[in-house]
Amino acid sequence: MASANKVLMIDYEKCTGCRLCELVCAVKHDGISNPVRSRIRVIKWEAEGVYVPMSCQQCQDAPCMTGCPAGAISRNESMERVEVDYDLCIGCRTCVSVCPFGAMNFNPIDRKVIKCDLCDGDPQCVRFCDVKAVDFVDADRVGQIKSRSAARRVRTADTRATAIHSDS
Amino acid sequence: MPLNRKIAIIDLTTGDIDVKPIPLAVRKQYLGGRGLDAYLLYNHTEKGCDPLGPDNALIISGGLLTATCASATARTHIMAKSPLTGLLGSANMGGFFAPEMAWAGFHHLVIKGKADKPVYLFIHNGSIEIRDAAHLWGKTTTDTQWAIRAELGDEEIKSCVIGPAGENLVRYANVMTGIKNSAGRTGMGCVMGSKNLKAVAVRGTMDINIARPAEALEYNKQFIDQITSAKVNQTQGTLGTPFIWGATNSWGGLRTRNFQYNQCEYADDIEPERLDDIATETIGPHHMTGCFGCQVHCRAQYKIPSGQYAGKYDEGPEYTSQGAFGAMPDCRSAVTVLTGNHLVDQYGVDNLEIGSIIAWAMELFELGILTTEQTDGLELRFGNDEALLEMVHRICTRKGWLGDTLADGGIPAAEKIGNNAFDYLIQVKGMNNLHSDERATPALALNVATASRGSDHLRSRPAIDLYHLPEPVLRKIYSSPIPYDGPLSSEHTDYEGKPWQVFWQENCYMAVDCLGICKYHTVFLGATLPNFEDWPKVIYYNTGLELTPEQIWEIAERSNMVERLFNLREGLSRDDLKKGDMLNHRYFDEPCRRGAPGVVGRTIDREKFSKMIDEFYAHKGLDKNGVPKPATLKRLGLKNEPSHLL
Repeated sequence: MASANKVLMIDYEKCTGCRLCELVCAVKHDGISNPVRSRIRVIKWEAEGVYVPMSCQQCQDAPCMTGCPAGAISRNESMERVEVDYDLCIGCRTCVSVCPFGAMNFNPIDRKVIKCDLCDGDPQCVRFCDVKAVDFVDADRVGQIKSRSAARRVRTADTRATAIHSDS
Repeated sequence: MPLNRKIAIIDLTTGDIDVKPIPLAVRKQYLGGRGLDAYLLYNHTEKGCDPLGPDNALIISGGLLTATCASATARTHIMAKSPLTGLLGSANMGGFFAPEMAWAGFHHLVIKGKADKPVYLFIHNGSIEIRDAAHLWGKTTTDTQWAIRAELGDEEIKSCVIGPAGENLVRYANVMTGIKNSAGRTGMGCVMGSKNLKAVAVRGTMDINIARPAEALEYNKQFIDQITSAKVNQTQGTLGTPFIWGATNSWGGLRTRNFQYNQCEYADDIEPERLDDIATETIGPHHMTGCFGCQVHCRAQYKIPSGQYAGKYDEGPEYTSQGAFGAMPDCRSAVTVLTGNHLVDQYGVDNLEIGSIIAWAMELFELGILTTEQTDGLELRFGNDEALLEMVHRICTRKGWLGDTLADGGIPAAEKIGNNAFDYLIQVKGMNNLHSDERATPALALNVATASRGSDHLRSRPAIDLYHLPEPVLRKIYSSPIPYDGPLSSEHTDYEGKPWQVFWQENCYMAVDCLGICKYHTVFLGATLPNFEDWPKVIYYNTGLELTPEQIWEIAERSNMVERLFNLREGLSRDDLKKGDMLNHRYFDEPCRRGAPGVVGRTIDREKFSKMIDEFYAHKGLDKNGVPKPATLKRLGLKNEPSHLL
């Protein structure tokens, strides 16, 4: 599968807060427009203009998986994701309460827990996000991308500091 | 289904709430949004009703496609009889309100009557509650929204609200949502204030089934690719609407010092690049934000870098704020523009109108028509940044003789000021013109003169007329879906063929306003963007409704005609300087003083202008006086209006 070793990478600084990811996620999975059906949620601090998309991290040692009393949650290694087996799920929502990211959601209409399934390798949130605040990248590149971006900030700060220093 | 969203008729005097479905037959005539709002306004108000009385109807709506899997269906439309013009009041805003209202079960609210004390509406999954708003009265637009969320304990609530300007019945007060999304024109916030309605809060988690979800999703992607590949939208997504400032100014189409000049000199500090630098410095490299579902992300975020309001967060400024607090008052400081923008957002007032009115007052002051006594000692001269911002405060709080006078709008203020103050007021139908100068562009002049809500650029402006597109390109756009083989000209100073372009754009913009999508997603600033040919699919995939491009055109024509009927009922007449399709004499008499060689020295030719009006009326099926011919009303199915179907 195309998804092998790829992970969702969220860079909230790029997010414009438009919530298209929520819309396309709900339509892709349920054929319905309704953000409560979305697996990804944009959390906003509008007064400061800060928007943070939150979705499942597909944890290696997932608390939802460990905590599930029905053994309904497992890791699918080939898809690099954590999955819910709805035949086993008893709808107790333990996974919702233990997820440290709030990424396990409860859909109040169908009364079932929902989480990101990476759209079987072609995540629609990524496909539609023009600014790539949500991206789908090789797992081993995430660290590289983050450190390069941090290094750029350090470099910019350094350049500015030098400029200020030479001005004075 | 989007088609099962309802309409609620709410009487604030009695507290009665009537919720009804919207019949399919009505949808097929008006779709939704602005078109259906026009129908509702015409049917729910009586001739001559007081705009600030209980008989006026305030209509708040989303479009047919709001919150579906179409692209950028963020727009909220608001309509009422305008307290600024006495004619059609109509304003449109982005943000997240209309989608939330659709998820709460509603597409249209018709709010009548007047509450005996401040109230707000809370709409949640099909239920509507009228709640006390005493604790919200006096709050700014953003404080009101955050207070409602805190009170109801839900951060996902979206509200459209008025600020102090609406409470103080400033005739051009906004309705706002979010930080700066404004239904800004024709004083819809003033109507809300007159009804003692501080806010409408919505929260919805109701499903909107998509008729053909897989197709809708794929088509949305195609649509987005088409939209984001347009250079104009890429620039828009980097600099926001200020990007048009540079070109407009260098070319000589920027209204400056009221109407003395058509170009602003030494404007470096308020150029889009400078504003972009400030946004980058105060927010970071990713400082653009967007409305619901939109990939254009045309709105900048910033913090005011210095001065009394240093550190305050806001969004924008749009081109209009550059005009209102830059070119018009001839103030050339970015901090002034950003501060002015912040003040109008917080007070909830139309930046365009307040900027124009203050610049007009500055011209009157310099001419000696306004005295220091009338300004309470304020030296209201061009270039006086402090006086400009002081006047914003005074108008929004109705402080002092001049603040109170200008808060009533241009025409009443001109009557109160006397002398020949009216001659200097650049308005049509009682509303001020955008900060653009149309003396060298007859098509744009025709647009502002005939726009249904008063002088305006978002009702029928063929903005692409400025691009000198080859005639075959123009013909491809403008001869579909209705064949047109008359003249078309690539030259923006021509009069030939322009009435058809204005007529076409009028229908194009009406269609997007009925659908609830943004004008940056159609032929407005970009010639290659979707229009009539593209909409049938997006409508079908999302709603199941089958419509041809010709039918959408006819719906738009019908909706525009209902707006015309409303205006005629309320006193519109062709050449009336205060209530007609007529421009201020300065368009005809004062030549452009600055700009490109083809612009300097230009005026609008009175005779040719009149001929353009004749042609425009003929395209619309109106007689020489601008009244629809019986055959036109018959063709559009409007012979029996008001028909009271809803």
